[in-house]
Amino acid sequence: MSARCSERPRHVLAAACVFLHFAQAATAAEIPLAERRSGYDFMGRETRAMQDDDSTNPGMLWVLDGEALWSRKAGATGQACADCHGDARASMKGVAARHPAWDAASGRPVNLEQRINTCRSDRQKAPSLAYESRDLLALTAYVARQSRGMSIEIAIDERTRPFLEAGRDAFKRRQGQLNLACTQCHDKFWGNKLAGNNIPQAHPTGYPIYRLEWQALGSLQRRLRNCMVGIRAEPYSYAAPELVDLELYLMWRARGMKFEAPAVRP
Amino acid sequence: MARAIVNVPATARRGEIIEIKAMVGHAMETGFRRTQLGKLIPRDIISRFVCTYNDAEILRAELHPAIAANPLLTFTTVATASGTLTFTWTGDNGYSMTASATVTVV
Repeated sequence: MSARCSERPRHVLAAACVFLHFAQAATAAEIPLAERRSGYDFMGRETRAMQDDDSTNPGMLWVLDGEALWSRKAGATGQACADCHGDARASMKGVAARHPAWDAASGRPVNLEQRINTCRSDRQKAPSLAYESRDLLALTAYVARQSRGMSIEIAIDERTRPFLEAGRDAFKRRQGQLNLACTQCHDKFWGNKLAGNNIPQAHPTGYPIYRLEWQALGSLQRRLRNCMVGIRAEPYSYAAPELVDLELYLMWRARGMKFEAPAVRP
Repeated sequence: MARAIVNVPATARRGEIIEIKAMVGHAMETGFRRTQLGKLIPRDIISRFVCTYNDAEILRAELHPAIAANPLLTFTTVATASGTLTFTWTGDNGYSMTASATVTVV
């Protein structure tokens, strides 16, 4: 008992030091544009090779499914994506690299998944696809694949600026039982290790990604919810406006970087 | 739906060693995992892979529960003649998938 008591001040001190350390980090500045690096640069040689070759990148399984879905008729109108948009290789080029983008109907930015679902419900009169469902991931992957190699272009204007700022606030806000903000790891401590893993800069350059840990393809929102659980915060539900704002900020933060979907990540 | 991706060089010189890549989409459920309610999730894996080259078997593999989802197999063979490589994956619950690719030997 006495031993435990004498240990306690040291624990408190250690904890205080950790918090002091992170308290300084909470004001971490944004990464200078020239120092930004994709998560790809933090991966090992084998994982990079896996992503670079379409015959070993498992994300291509979803892309091929998406290609089939693109020309499959759906909904009450009996129309396929291809009936309006034609060849996705031309019409969808660059689309994923500029989402989330302004949507006049909903009066806020929407991400690629929401755009696909809006098209389904409004134009095809088909039921929306659930987040992380095989079909939505496949369509998103197929559309995102058409922007591979292009640079991320997020247009910020007077309409989207408030949502960008909301996303930035979320990125810098301490959350959860661990009281951590995204910025503390991804702006200040990128390049270091968290347990055995590299801390990347959190640029969403290749979503949807095939994550080896998931053994499946997943959306950016899945990844964000994953991180929120990691800091023991209550994750926002899929398609929550807060998550889309955060996506908008992250894509803006990665503006000008090369889009690489479907990426492979460890 | 396309659930397999195979990669074979389109052309090869006679006697050349060619690399073959075969990936298939499959969850490879181990049979050891449980749901949140403790119920065992039944095993659902690919258990066998066969590759034939002009009807001659050149590779056969047995797959086990520890193999990752969407398994990728990479192997080599000697390009002996122009023809077709056929890939067959079979597994639990009557799973069967085939794919093929052609190679021209010059």
